[in-house]
Amino acid sequence: MLENKIKSKAEIRAEKLLPGNQNFTTITDDIAGVPESKKTPIQWWLLFGFALSLLAIFAGSVGFLIWEGTGIWGINNPVFWGWAIINFVWWVGIGHAGTLISAILHLFRQNWRNAINRFAETMTLFAVICALVFPGIHVGRIWVAYWFLPIPNQMGMWPNMRSPLIWDFFAVFTYFTVSLLFWYTGLIPDLATLRDRAKTNLKRKIYGFFALGWRGGNRQWQHYELAYLVLAGISTPLVLSVHSVVSSDFATSIIPGWHTTIFPPYFVAGAIYSGFGMVMTLSIIARKVYNLGHIITLEHLDKMAQIMLLTGCMVGYAYSMEFFVAWYSGNAYESFAFVNRALGPYWWGYWAMIFCNVVVPQFFWFERYRRHIPFLFITSILVNIGMWFERFVIVVITLHRDFMPGAWAMYNPTIFDVSIYIGTFGLFFTGFLLFLRFLPMVSIAEAKLVLPESNPHHGHEE
Amino acid sequence: MNTYGVIARFDTPVALVHAAEKVRDAGFKDFDCHSPFPIHGMDDAMGLKRSKLGYVIGVMGLTGALFGFGLQTWIHSIEYPMNISGKPFFAYPAYAIITFELMVLFSAFGAVFGMMYFNSIPRFHHPVFYSDKFSRVTSDAFYVSIEISDPKYNEEEVKSFLEKMGGTDIEVLKDEN
Repeated sequence: MLENKIKSKAEIRAEKLLPGNQNFTTITDDIAGVPESKKTPIQWWLLFGFALSLLAIFAGSVGFLIWEGTGIWGINNPVFWGWAIINFVWWVGIGHAGTLISAILHLFRQNWRNAINRFAETMTLFAVICALVFPGIHVGRIWVAYWFLPIPNQMGMWPNMRSPLIWDFFAVFTYFTVSLLFWYTGLIPDLATLRDRAKTNLKRKIYGFFALGWRGGNRQWQHYELAYLVLAGISTPLVLSVHSVVSSDFATSIIPGWHTTIFPPYFVAGAIYSGFGMVMTLSIIARKVYNLGHIITLEHLDKMAQIMLLTGCMVGYAYSMEFFVAWYSGNAYESFAFVNRALGPYWWGYWAMIFCNVVVPQFFWFERYRRHIPFLFITSILVNIGMWFERFVIVVITLHRDFMPGAWAMYNPTIFDVSIYIGTFGLFFTGFLLFLRFLPMVSIAEAKLVLPESNPHHGHEE
Repeated sequence: MNTYGVIARFDTPVALVHAAEKVRDAGFKDFDCHSPFPIHGMDDAMGLKRSKLGYVIGVMGLTGALFGFGLQTWIHSIEYPMNISGKPFFAYPAYAIITFELMVLFSAFGAVFGMMYFNSIPRFHHPVFYSDKFSRVTSDAFYVSIEISDPKYNEEEVKSFLEKMGGTDIEVLKDEN
């Protein structure tokens, strides 16, 4: 056989996704080496300290909110949904990329996801926790938040199952639980790896406990793979449903600017857009701090940028279609709501959204921008700023001027709106940094599947 | 000291698949092939039947959907019919979402806990863990294990059988006492 035979497709792909001379051993060493290392990078400690101080702000602000009530926020009549709802939708949206990457790309056999799926799933978990905080605290009397649940009680009182707000509760709660199960299932073989490599007895016991006695036998992999496939299969409609249900909180109302059928797909596209932005931000930091540039490669960043371009264009289409329909409907209130978004007192919010979500991703048509790391880093942050403004536009600008000019008012957030929002970053990053420190941030078992030699049918031509 | 079986190491996934085929053809039943990641085509090589997990998930999903729809119907039609903005008591289109969510939730529980049931995990003690070298199986080693419970098991024969097909680091699994 010729020495320099034509490379198979699998080999070419593997070279791009796992460059250099990598094999099963080096992959394990590189990925497991991060949680195993005795030395924690100084950047980690700095970030962790920062995250903990934000968490303290969070705890203080939420404590004061519970003590004092939602009056400490800037909400008023008519803007009775302020930052709490904006932040809720924003965090849930970010949480969408995780399941999209792990489930939908798994079903489409997109192997490149194997380097970033663990990362994205973890981001999802903490983002959804941050999101769930807001409906939890915005009800005011949070000690009765369990009234969301259909629990038999002496008052004979049940949640109204015909209300989108309770659909939302079920959707986000299910999403969190399924994401947690998906994440943990993916983690079991890797926990077994950490157990088998552990140097101390305590580590072996802790990792071993959570690895559930995994021994990598094919009799286990058989059921495991089916479970993972089915989880991916059911998460796919789930992830599309979650933000659709969130959008129905708005779309089922009769407020001009909210009452539209474009909301569900438009919300889902925006959610994926912002989620990929967050995965991009976090993976650029992590690959730099932990020198994992050969596992999370430019190829991965390039592909994420392409998805951001696609979803950014979808969001841009939705913005223009909203305007078109507002004009085409001939409804005076609907037309006014949109003109007011672009030219009213909050025009800056609208144009910040257009700039970040429509203009900025257009650079991703060009390969040099998709592979320019500082550019990607700044863009990925702009994406999430843009998506925050999108929810600001939807919530605040729509509510502040509806049908009757006599009911119009301006909305001003207070220091507590800001501090609780900033505080959720503390919650998010504390969790995420602990994950980076103690668990493998890339799926060890799945990263190996990218190597051509993992497939026994590879090189079977002879 | 008790004996539990024999393990042999192979270097590549290809070698493991070929070994599995030979062990299967030799008529062994209580054997397993251990690898750091799932290997494509291994189920056939070992002669395993399709996993029954799919049925469990299907039944759980259906249960979830029925429970979700039934819960909402019962609450608003039977337990406490309440007129809220003139909506009908049996507003079945509005029940679609929670029905769907509970179907997904129950299926996910079925998938994960069903997988644990079929794999009999958590199980923290297993004879393969008596081998120190075996711990590499979660990183870069590929092992075949044949257990003593197999009717065709004969320690010396199994050892030479595994050695002949290219297995290295052949070990008899024994406990400490």
